[in-house]
Amino acid sequence: MTQKSMRQALNEALRQEMRRDPRVLILGEDVAGGAGCEGEEDAYGGALGVTRGLVGEFGRTRVIDMPITESAIMGATAGAALAGLRPVADLMFVDFLGVCFDQIFNQAAKFRYMFGGKAVTPMVMRAMIGGGFRAGGQHSQTLHPMFTMVPGLKVVMPSTPYDAKGLLIQAIRDDDPVIFLEHKAMYDLMGEVPDEAYAIPFGEANVTREGTDVTVVAFSLMAARANDAADLLRKEGISVEVIDPRTTSPLDLDTILDSVENTGRLVVVDESPPRCSLAADIAAQVAEHGFSHLKAPILSVTCPHTPSPFSPSLEDLYMPSVDRIAAAIRKVVSR
Amino acid sequence: MQINRDELLKAYRRMRTIRAFEERVFAEFERGNIPGFVHLYSGQEASAVGVCMHLTDADKIGSTHRGHGHCIAKGVDVRSMMHEIFGRKDGLCGGKGGSMHIADLEKGMLGANAIVGGAPPLAVGAALAAKLKGEDSVAVSFTGDGGSNQGTVFEAMNLAVVLQLPAIFIFENNGFGEATGHDYAVGSRDIIGRVAGFGMPATRVDGRDFFAVHDAMGEAVRRARSGGGPSAIETVAKRFGGHYVGDPMRYRTAEERERTMRDDDPLIMFRRKVTDAQLLTPGQLDALDGEIAALVEASAQSAAQAPFPGAADLETDVYVTY
Amino acid sequence: MTLHAICIPKWGLAMEEGTLASWLKAEGSTVRQGEDIAEFETSKIANVLEAPAAGILRRRIAAEGDVRPVGALIGVLADAGEDDEAVDIFVAGFSEASVVQEQQDSSTAIVETILVDGLPARFLRVRARTASPATPLVLLHGFGGDHMGWMFNQDAWAADRDVLALDLPGHGGSTKDVGDGELATLAARVSAWLDSQRLDRIHIVGHSLGAAVAASLALASPARVKSIVALCGAGFGDTLSRDYVEGFIAASRRKELKPVIEMLFADPGLVTRDMLESLMAYKRIDGVGDALRALAEKALAAPALAELRSELADIQVPMLALYGAADRIVTISDPAAFPWPHAIVEAAGHMPHMEAAKAVNEQVAGFLALHDGSERR
Repeated sequence: MTQKSMRQALNEALRQEMRRDPRVLILGEDVAGGAGCEGEEDAYGGALGVTRGLVGEFGRTRVIDMPITESAIMGATAGAALAGLRPVADLMFVDFLGVCFDQIFNQAAKFRYMFGGKAVTPMVMRAMIGGGFRAGGQHSQTLHPMFTMVPGLKVVMPSTPYDAKGLLIQAIRDDDPVIFLEHKAMYDLMGEVPDEAYAIPFGEANVTREGTDVTVVAFSLMAARANDAADLLRKEGISVEVIDPRTTSPLDLDTILDSVENTGRLVVVDESPPRCSLAADIAAQVAEHGFSHLKAPILSVTCPHTPSPFSPSLEDLYMPSVDRIAAAIRKVVSR
Repeated sequence: MQINRDELLKAYRRMRTIRAFEERVFAEFERGNIPGFVHLYSGQEASAVGVCMHLTDADKIGSTHRGHGHCIAKGVDVRSMMHEIFGRKDGLCGGKGGSMHIADLEKGMLGANAIVGGAPPLAVGAALAAKLKGEDSVAVSFTGDGGSNQGTVFEAMNLAVVLQLPAIFIFENNGFGEATGHDYAVGSRDIIGRVAGFGMPATRVDGRDFFAVHDAMGEAVRRARSGGGPSAIETVAKRFGGHYVGDPMRYRTAEERERTMRDDDPLIMFRRKVTDAQLLTPGQLDALDGEIAALVEASAQSAAQAPFPGAADLETDVYVTY
Repeated sequence: MTLHAICIPKWGLAMEEGTLASWLKAEGSTVRQGEDIAEFETSKIANVLEAPAAGILRRRIAAEGDVRPVGALIGVLADAGEDDEAVDIFVAGFSEASVVQEQQDSSTAIVETILVDGLPARFLRVRARTASPATPLVLLHGFGGDHMGWMFNQDAWAADRDVLALDLPGHGGSTKDVGDGELATLAARVSAWLDSQRLDRIHIVGHSLGAAVAASLALASPARVKSIVALCGAGFGDTLSRDYVEGFIAASRRKELKPVIEMLFADPGLVTRDMLESLMAYKRIDGVGDALRALAEKALAAPALAELRSELADIQVPMLALYGAADRIVTISDPAAFPWPHAIVEAAGHMPHMEAAKAVNEQVAGFLALHDGSERR
């Protein structure tokens, strides 16, 4: 196996699926770049370079630069999927969801059910999420709870290059609309990634640390931070089990409940404001289905109930940090 | 249209301030002093200033992600802007907004905007407020050529026509939406022809030429203030730099950029015009340059020294926290 | 010098770090050389570290749960004559780099992926640590395994010969194309790979499916094979557990895989999360499902193994069959009835080369030395 960045892993997934299946195509703003300009083709390859090089192999008929028209992009993606293609749309920043939510939640998400099971909508919407870039209120959100609450959508949040590749391949092969959320602070994260194609099934949590004192559930960048917190606390004699469910929908509640049955304690970490977050949702589900196993109240570590601040001093306070996660774990273990 | 010397000096001061400000932001960003990302307005100064010279603080503008120029043209305080871009507590938005969200409601600046096509519907709302309040103020939205394709923009324009609002839609065609050319992304290649289809007067002007922009805007503002309804102006002027600072700009050639910066500089064109016509002397303009350089220098220096916001600021400015 | 470093061992080429699962000796206790001193988890399996020398465990530097790179100092052994200050100086002056260097120098190990008849074949070659190496040894892993399964063995056997561990077709980094999935096909593929490496005379240690492939190869080209060690060989016992084979293929989640993999070991506690994760990663790769299915239905089908067993007596090369005393996959009711030399490895299930590596390493090394004969180069 070779070490690859999350960016390379995603690029490889797209390339291998496009080679395997001629119905797979990419649509988005500057997924190649340079259209209608005097300079080079493939000038961007996506805002942060994930699709770089694909237009060279597959041409502009399969790597299609879009005008800045998110509603049309998402609608066209849903329509193309309904008509037999397997499009992968790049929304760029997930915040742009605001411009095109109708096409996703009223259209794509509903087809299969509303049409009595007669339709499939094999589309993927990739988008960058998360803070840490000092990008301010309209470029730093995660928004995964909004997608998660919509029936018909599958929502993926990879936390390693290995997962990113396998989950993206699964997303492309999946017959339902998949929202694929890539944390913008993780593109350079390195990890072992097989050269061959492989698919990781949705709804299968990854237990990234095994422990006996407390269960921590976290997604995406927060899974990485939860692992760091677990490693830190092991030195203090606290044994932390970290669960990265990988997908918020479907959610692998079984693995979470099994773990809580062993540990009796739960901390949920979510890079999101607290209300109606995944933290709130998972806490509610565990309270509902695993109450008798709990030895202490469930704690959550989230962002505050505010938009994302711009200033680094505020954003560092805003996002759940390793220290805040560790503090919550210590607190729940002490009870 | 006649412009007196004071007005010319004011226009030049603003254009030069924008350029000096952007050049300093570029340098500070490269030094790592500015967080996040910044989109610079250099090369398009005549558009913002030609438009905003007609506006008072009562008039509203809605801007884009490339908003520093619009702010300065609208009279927003340069020092407070710099502090905001540096993420400091005494910045215009307390360090919570940053480059893409600078706003100053007292100056009628409704905010830079990180969502493409975000401003036009807001400007329509501001124009509706002006009309219903019986004021003669106008509302202006700035949108790029890339943004001109957004559905939100189309919807806003139609609404302005339907309600006959004092709204003015400025389309700043700088040649690129990110790394994609106008000629590719604007299907008809004719923004203004398309806008005219919504049923409002629309005109295309040389966006490098302050006077051309100023003339067209003068007419649009007169129409709006007198109840004549919305207008649109396309100002054509290439941006000098990339989409953002750090953009490798592979979609542009070095020759094209050199040519643009040499031949299409609105400041050089303005200087030549006003000195050739002997309306202003090079000495007057040079004196302003020096004054502005000192202002920008002082702004950057104080921004770098200013304190960051702290934990006590994190959860203010929301109506409820949990 | 009466001070000895206890370091994170390097078990196999892929190992970069180890987790100290538990100390088995208290500070101040006296240990014999070779006595189990600490338990480690690697990305493959849990294993014990033996004391490198006799002495008193004077200092435990790493704590249980610590993850340290290979070569990192975790403890110090010394006799009672050394004072604490000497131990301090030893710890302070310890250079991890030198230990890692030493371990890497002890053998030259290279993973290669080559094309054989247009299909990728990956193998790990460990060069002999001697100027006059004996006949090379080829290692063939079992169903669902790969060359990394030999992490506790390959280095040991490379003391006096080149040792090459191949990923069989359908496995590891080799092609996932297993053709018709028959044993003869696998043997022919191995043969072609041996040709590519100009290995015309070899010993083979085969595990489970790998032992069956080795036997098939020896039947097809007896001149090529100098000896065979069959470790829990498929076809070498009474039965092969279908529960295991089908369970391995069917498991789509780590949780489902765990009880299946636990069947492999006498001590199910050896199965680590990482071991399961790397097996799941393998199973997810495109083509693996089809490959495993084909092998299960052809190479490992009961009639195929029965046929192979009936032919084993025809094999003219020296053979040694090793069985795990607690093997639940390949079972043997009456070892005495087998017409070839055999031995039982105590305290081991289907993976004696992992679970009882030391015993297997010694037994195999002895057998190979016996059969190197006069061909020593």
